[in-house]
Amino acid sequence: MRRPPPPPRPHARALTVWRRNVLVWRKLMGAALAMNFGEPVLYLLGLGYGLGFFIGEMAGLPYLTFLASGIVASSAMTTASFEGMYSVYTRMVPQRTYEALLATPLTVDDIVAGELLWCATKSLISSSAILAVAALLGAVSGWQALLAVPAFFLIGLCFAGPAVVMSALAPNYDFFEYYFTLVLTPMLLVCGVFYPVDALPAALQAIVQVLPLTHAVALVRPLVAGLPPEQPLLHLAVLVAYAAAGWYAATALVRRRLVS
Amino acid sequence: MERSGYVVEARELVKRFGGQAAVDGVDLSVPAGGCLGLLGPNGAGKTTTLRLILGMARPDAGSLRVLGEPVPERAERARARMGVVPQGDTLDPDFTVEENLRVYARYFGLHGPAVERRIRALLDFAELAGRAQARVQSLSGGMRRRLAVARALVNDPELVVLDEPTTGLDPQVRHHLWARLRALVAEGRTLLLTTHYMEEAERLCDRVVIMDRGRVLEQGTPAELVARHVEPEVVEIRAARGEAVPALPGTGACRIETVGDVRYCYTHDARPLLAALEGRGDLTFLHRPANLEDVFLRLTGRELRE
Ligand SMILES: Nc1ncnc2c1ncn2[C@@H]1O[C@H](COP(=O)(O)OP(=O)(O)OP(=O)(O)O)[C@@H](O)[C@H]1O
Ligand SMILES: [Mg+2]
Repeated sequence: MRRPPPPPRPHARALTVWRRNVLVWRKLMGAALAMNFGEPVLYLLGLGYGLGFFIGEMAGLPYLTFLASGIVASSAMTTASFEGMYSVYTRMVPQRTYEALLATPLTVDDIVAGELLWCATKSLISSSAILAVAALLGAVSGWQALLAVPAFFLIGLCFAGPAVVMSALAPNYDFFEYYFTLVLTPMLLVCGVFYPVDALPAALQAIVQVLPLTHAVALVRPLVAGLPPEQPLLHLAVLVAYAAAGWYAATALVRRRLVS
Repeated sequence: MERSGYVVEARELVKRFGGQAAVDGVDLSVPAGGCLGLLGPNGAGKTTTLRLILGMARPDAGSLRVLGEPVPERAERARARMGVVPQGDTLDPDFTVEENLRVYARYFGLHGPAVERRIRALLDFAELAGRAQARVQSLSGGMRRRLAVARALVNDPELVVLDEPTTGLDPQVRHHLWARLRALVAEGRTLLLTTHYMEEAERLCDRVVIMDRGRVLEQGTPAELVARHVEPEVVEIRAARGEAVPALPGTGACRIETVGDVRYCYTHDARPLLAALEGRGDLTFLHRPANLEDVFLRLTGRELRE
């Protein structure tokens, strides 16, 4: 076995990669936002009002608030994951965009850093949009909820790394189905988005406590509901650790795929 | 300019994929100014050599300096002063023609009024000014390639690397591009290009390097290589309707190669053979000076590669 790959060393010009994606996004902003809003808003309306009618309160919160706070957190996860897989893979393989970038002073480390920042930015945009809708529906307690906005960025960063790892390993688009089915969907179902984690059997709870989405939800929910967050430093630390590990792995694997 | 007078200096460069050496001990010196053509059959290792020069592949052995910078260690600094036209298409489909140039300039850290002026000049250079707002997908193959060349020039590069710049283009576009590339040389830039077209190499390149199976077989000016490796005159003879060419008097002083139904007679004096061909209505023939293609086929063989 060789030495472990050196840590990522991006330059400031990595921001030009982020900027490229911002420019493309701005062109298609309307459609992009509609996509970002669409599904979560349906969840909020359908589940929040529908189920909320029967459930009333969950964990001491109105169900709409409970659900909205879970969905803004999980939406940061899905947004970064989609971008880090389908979009990054498109630029890496069929579109050969990175090959063009690597003919400039940009390095693989710059490209990965720029893409991760962009994934996180997209998470911030889409979750903020949903938060605004939730506020209109009366699910948000007050201005304290704005503290969740930087958390959306961190949550995006935390899930962007593993998604880019998948892109670096993927032989084709179908490969991403595995990650959705085996990793993201189970997390969506057990990490406290739709019901509190305490409802799970003890054995499962131990596992759930090491999953990043659990900490994302636990960090965001009190901010949205207007409560003091419990153990915010623990949640932040877990998210930062996942983000750092994902960044490292993504950089190492994209280097291997692009610069052999 | 670099102290050595060379913009690329490769020594004993080796690159393996699996156990297979794609580049197998290449020495390459590209002098500053002018055009150097890298020739070789499919799979010869031309693209791999260019990727090594760009720092996009890591050599397994050997040393490499590009524009005075050690590569791959400081490849970013070398690339800041290089332009690249890759094999195939890597234009950004999410942007218009003009945006492709503007966004690409940013990757070099370039923006502002000077870059806007340069973009306008490059659109004129590539004759794409009328299509500045067009989406890249709507362009023809020739326009896309011209845009790729324009994009490679946004950073005012000293060295321009082109991987098969005219493959798949029609004759009009090809001649247009040749004129553009000669203009770049006239501006004092160095061109390093790969091609399968010997005519292109003869028209554009001051020097050519012939590669095969990852190794350099020969290098020099096109005229030097012709003088060194083949007789100056060639007579190509073909029989009517696929019959074999019969033995002819006057071919004694020729070196003969037969490919399918064509006989190539390489000679220092074609007159006896031409006299023998006089009045032979059953044969068609072409008398021409030897060229780089004859050298290429002599050195790399006539059998098919892939
Ligand atoms: N990334 C890679 N992985 C494995 N083998 C490779 C890789 N890149 C190139 N090769 C092999 O290395 C050899 C040289 O390829 P290269 O692309 O450099 O040839 P080339 O001279 O550019 O050919 P062409 O004229 O067809 O473009 C070929 O046998 C090719 O299959
Ligand atoms: Mg090639």
